Amino acid sequence: MKAAPFSYARPSSIAEVCELLASADADVRIVAGGQTLIPLMAMRLARPSLLVDINWIPELKGIERGEHQLAIRACTRQASAERDECVARDLPLLLKALRFVGHPPTRARGTIGGSIANADPAAEIGLVAAVLDARVKLTGLVGTQCVSRMVPAREFVEGPMQTVREDFELLEEACFPVWDAGGHVGAGFQEVAVRDGDFALVAAAAQVSMNAEGTCERIAFGVTNAAVTPVCADQATARSLIGTRLTAVDIQAAAHALDDRLNPPNDLHANAAYRRHLVPHLLARALTEARDEAHVEARDDAPEVAGA
Amino acid sequence: MRSRIPIRDVNAADVRLHVNGEEHVVPVQPRVTLLDCLRDHLGMTGTHAGCEHGACGACTVQLDGEAVRACLIYAPMAEGYSITTVEGLQPNLSELHVLQESFWDAHALQCGYCTPGMLVAAAGLLARNADPSQAEIREALSANLCRCTGYVQIVEAVRLAADRLQQRKPAP
Amino acid sequence: MAGQGRFVADIRLPGMLECALVTSPYPRARILEVNREAARALPGVHEVLSGLTLAAQVTPLTHGIEVAGIAWYPLAVDCARYVGEWVAVVVAEDRYVAEDAVELVDVSYEPLTPVVDVEAAMEPDSPIVHEAVGTNVIYRRTFTWNDVDDDFESAPERLSHRVRWGRSSTVPIETFGVVAAYDPGTDLLDIWASIQMPKFSEQIATALRIPHSNVRVHYDVDVGGSYGVKRGLKHAVLVGYLARQLGRPVRLLEDRLENMIGGDAHGPDRIFDIDVAFERDGRVRSLIIRALDDCGAFPGRSVLQLGKPIGAITGPYRIGSVRYEAICVCTNKTGQVAVRGFGQAPTNFALEATMDRVAAATGMDRLEVRRHNYIQSHEFPYRIPSGTEYDSGDYETVHQKLLDRADWPTLVARRDALRAKGMLAGIGFASVLEPSGGNAAFEPLLNPHNDTTTWMESCFVKVDHDGCVTTSIATPTSGQAHETLMATVIGEELGIEPELIRVVHADTLTALPGNTPVASRMAIMMGGAAAGAARQIRDTVIAIGAHDMQVRVDEVEYANGDVVVRGRPDECRTWMQIVAIAHRQYHRMPPGFQPGLQAHFVYQVPKGERLPAADGTVQMYPCYAFEAHLPLVEIDPVTGRVRVREYYVGHDCGTIINPGVVRGMLIGGIAHGIGAALLEEFRYDSEGQPLVGTLLDYPMPTTLDIPDVQIVEHCTPSPLTSHGQKGAGESGYMGAPAAIASAVNDALGPLGLRCERLPIRLTELGERLAAASRSGTLPAPEDLQR
Repeated sequence: MKAAPFSYARPSSIAEVCELLASADADVRIVAGGQTLIPLMAMRLARPSLLVDINWIPELKGIERGEHQLAIRACTRQASAERDECVARDLPLLLKALRFVGHPPTRARGTIGGSIANADPAAEIGLVAAVLDARVKLTGLVGTQCVSRMVPAREFVEGPMQTVREDFELLEEACFPVWDAGGHVGAGFQEVAVRDGDFALVAAAAQVSMNAEGTCERIAFGVTNAAVTPVCADQATARSLIGTRLTAVDIQAAAHALDDRLNPPNDLHANAAYRRHLVPHLLARALTEARDEAHVEARDDAPEVAGA
Repeated sequence: MRSRIPIRDVNAADVRLHVNGEEHVVPVQPRVTLLDCLRDHLGMTGTHAGCEHGACGACTVQLDGEAVRACLIYAPMAEGYSITTVEGLQPNLSELHVLQESFWDAHALQCGYCTPGMLVAAAGLLARNADPSQAEIREALSANLCRCTGYVQIVEAVRLAADRLQQRKPAP
Repeated sequence: MAGQGRFVADIRLPGMLECALVTSPYPRARILEVNREAARALPGVHEVLSGLTLAAQVTPLTHGIEVAGIAWYPLAVDCARYVGEWVAVVVAEDRYVAEDAVELVDVSYEPLTPVVDVEAAMEPDSPIVHEAVGTNVIYRRTFTWNDVDDDFESAPERLSHRVRWGRSSTVPIETFGVVAAYDPGTDLLDIWASIQMPKFSEQIATALRIPHSNVRVHYDVDVGGSYGVKRGLKHAVLVGYLARQLGRPVRLLEDRLENMIGGDAHGPDRIFDIDVAFERDGRVRSLIIRALDDCGAFPGRSVLQLGKPIGAITGPYRIGSVRYEAICVCTNKTGQVAVRGFGQAPTNFALEATMDRVAAATGMDRLEVRRHNYIQSHEFPYRIPSGTEYDSGDYETVHQKLLDRADWPTLVARRDALRAKGMLAGIGFASVLEPSGGNAAFEPLLNPHNDTTTWMESCFVKVDHDGCVTTSIATPTSGQAHETLMATVIGEELGIEPELIRVVHADTLTALPGNTPVASRMAIMMGGAAAGAARQIRDTVIAIGAHDMQVRVDEVEYANGDVVVRGRPDECRTWMQIVAIAHRQYHRMPPGFQPGLQAHFVYQVPKGERLPAADGTVQMYPCYAFEAHLPLVEIDPVTGRVRVREYYVGHDCGTIINPGVVRGMLIGGIAHGIGAALLEEFRYDSEGQPLVGTLLDYPMPTTLDIPDVQIVEHCTPSPLTSHGQKGAGESGYMGAPAAIASAVNDALGPLGLRCERLPIRLTELGERLAAASRSGTLPAPEDLQR
């Protein structure tokens, strides 16, 4: 399982990456962590003629706290993010999700940006980006200038492995909103996989903020691998839950809020019917986990969602 | 402008790798994985190929102390790191690493094919966690498949090694 | 362990070339043309060989049984019969170039309609995999032992059921690899391979049409696991041919894609239809078993794999009569190979599923049903209806020890506590045999023209001038610690520390006869051969010492290498003195003795002297180890995800020569069995396309899937072997799949659901639970808490 021959470029700046991507040459692929691309190349399902290694660009690494947001540069290793204090404090949902991403050696090389750019529906980081309404920064050469645009994560992904990123663009950064307006923030991440560490057959993510009185002031949740893109609760659904105590009944309603938008795939490991069945249950578990983590006591016990 | 960006073409060109404390310069095509480079070009056959697509862990090496899969890194990508393979675990030629002794004593290997990967991953774990629980050991080795042992004796060996390392520490 | 192993991938010969395979994308197709030009023109390519050329030069490979009309060559000739079948081979400077060239080989095919479903393959209108055979049913025979019809007639109860054992395999972490190098000066073909295969060198020689002594297989190669599957005959014939043609060493090292589909290393793929007749108290009277096996396009050893379980067809139970119908059917899928246990694990699964059914039908506890049926310890040796005699056993004691070790009441309480928390939870049970000692009896049983009964292992031991002991073994090792075994046995016989005994591997030209480590035989056979040779050395030492002291042999004692006159401790000859006499001082030797101090022993398998009878009664293997499994599983009622929380096993393999080794094998076998029960399957779509080609699609258990296994050992020695040892190489795998299935069914019992098929796939179980939930049979979570 040896890759087909390719040329290898090692740019040292974002400008150089853009230059390479914009060149007229045939199939150019970016390699960051390589945990997804290199196996594809080993099976010769991907055969770039030029591989652009972006691991050598200092500006593409790092995590920066901004105003109400955490900006994660694209080549930040998943393992680094897992160990980062800011992530632990400000993005509890990402931290939980990272624990489901492959195994330790996967995260030692895999990058935050690489995962989001790949847009695999079975991947966890992209779900978190969608649920938290993150934005990605795409940069490419237009004329002779590097031009960037910000795209909401929810608009970034168009389908399985399909994004709005143009071939000449680099995903430079992902900006995650931080919920720091007061209140207790809790996160929940639930996944079903054949083995621990395998790709998610379905994953659900939820984040809530509860106030001192125990009612919900902010909520976001969604699922992945149950439709062609991640499916997230819309504003109307979120609004209907704000002010509630997120009781078992509230959560049950929320868990079914996405049912009509599901279009789960069939594949080797899971059928569409199984995925459709899982979604409300995983959402309920994720929402419950988030709520409980936010240290609010609901009147009812932790619910299971009864059959729809 | 394009010409100043370093590009290797498809042919073999020198790659500088720092392996087990020594510098090596070896001419390989960019598509040669770190795994194949170590085995076929540097003669270090301790690291094994089990799947070549990142699913078995037999090829585990360390980059700057962190366990990674050598089949998922192309040789040029591994420049600039301090690479450790199983051959580099021994303190010297006549002495085994505590983990290697412990694997032997605890019957943690049968065919031996997954063993180098297990050792390297376990060494990485013990370097950052001197007192790992069973769960932590299992998590650290969760990417390393073994078909012979069923893992129980491997986990015991790592725990034994941790105990031995604690005992060897000088008293404060 | 220090990275100094010598696996096939580590072998480096000057001028060695590497192979890569061109494979069929179709499950069934006529091969019209193989255009090799562009591939041959690629720099670094030395040869591109197609099936037509090769078939003219080699004899077809043999199967376990003779089936006229199946021509099995390493490369497909006129027709490709499964996706992944090798059609051409590229030989190049390295694997990278070889794979580049594979893409340039242009093969034109005429696709034909494949047959994929095994039951459809038996229909008269089915496409035929091997047209010259005329049918896909390549073997079918019914054996009837004792009066089955009468027993069914008179029994108060009977039931019928079907279970399926999905297609999985052992999938070692190291793929198969082989190196061939030919020396025209000595006319010798040297082979190094990752091999576990009896008669390997002979079969290579036969295929290449050269004398057996022109092939030398080296056994000093490390093998990265096998558990049955590393047969590699077509690989070896291919590189053997190429090495002779090209005049350079050639290596074929499967990559994982080649290994998973084209390596012909899939395991049994069976449908069992079972009728059982029983008493109301759960005692089983009679069994009717139909075993239908999908052997893929080339049967390999698979038919024999239907025959070996005849030796333990009634498990550890006292069952009076059996009818067994074995059917082997070809389809357009990867061929089948011998897998750990050679068919016993699927058969044990079918038997144990039946016992659980009997329990459910009678309302009895599953474990009590076993107790009612166990052969009792005073009944050994016990002859089962198919003619095999079990050597020894004490099943009841192991059973009880297991329950005590697991603390049965608290185990049940833990299961119930999980249920109270809203999980599904179950305790499984399986009590099964591991036949060991491996003879060839299934060959003449299924293959009337094959009258082979010789099944042996050998050992050569020598003591050199220095008094040091060296032993040479005639077999490769794939993790079973044969060196430790030999050193331990010889050390014990001679009274020497095992660490002082050097063990080397012979090659096939210097080796004494052997059959390689198959059939869980090495502890028995190698142990027996080592003991035999060591005892001869000891007898010789005693004779030399007694003669030199001018006393009779019965007047002296052997004391850790020294020979001492009984009652006169200062009259003694030391080991070193005797060694000097043997090697240098012939004038002091007993008359007629050969100089030196060495012995060899060729050990025929115990009870291996007779051919099967015409009615199919046969003494299969000589020794029967026993294991009883008790896992606790937890199932998420929503997702269907099964987790094995606790695992207890009672194990009796007779005398244990090395406890650490046996424990490792047992747990390894259990892990393998958990994989077969819950995770692993080579699945195909309805068009014959394999859905599983990489390790990403074939999930094997990790550290997170196997719990701490608690073992309780018991020893009922075998009266047949050198030290009372039985085999342990297949242990754990013999019973774990059955036990896991039993546990899942115990968990699903309250819902009225049952799994009849392995592996128990997550998505299928999840959907069944979802359906049960919708129809109201799955209790609401609050109910589960009562």
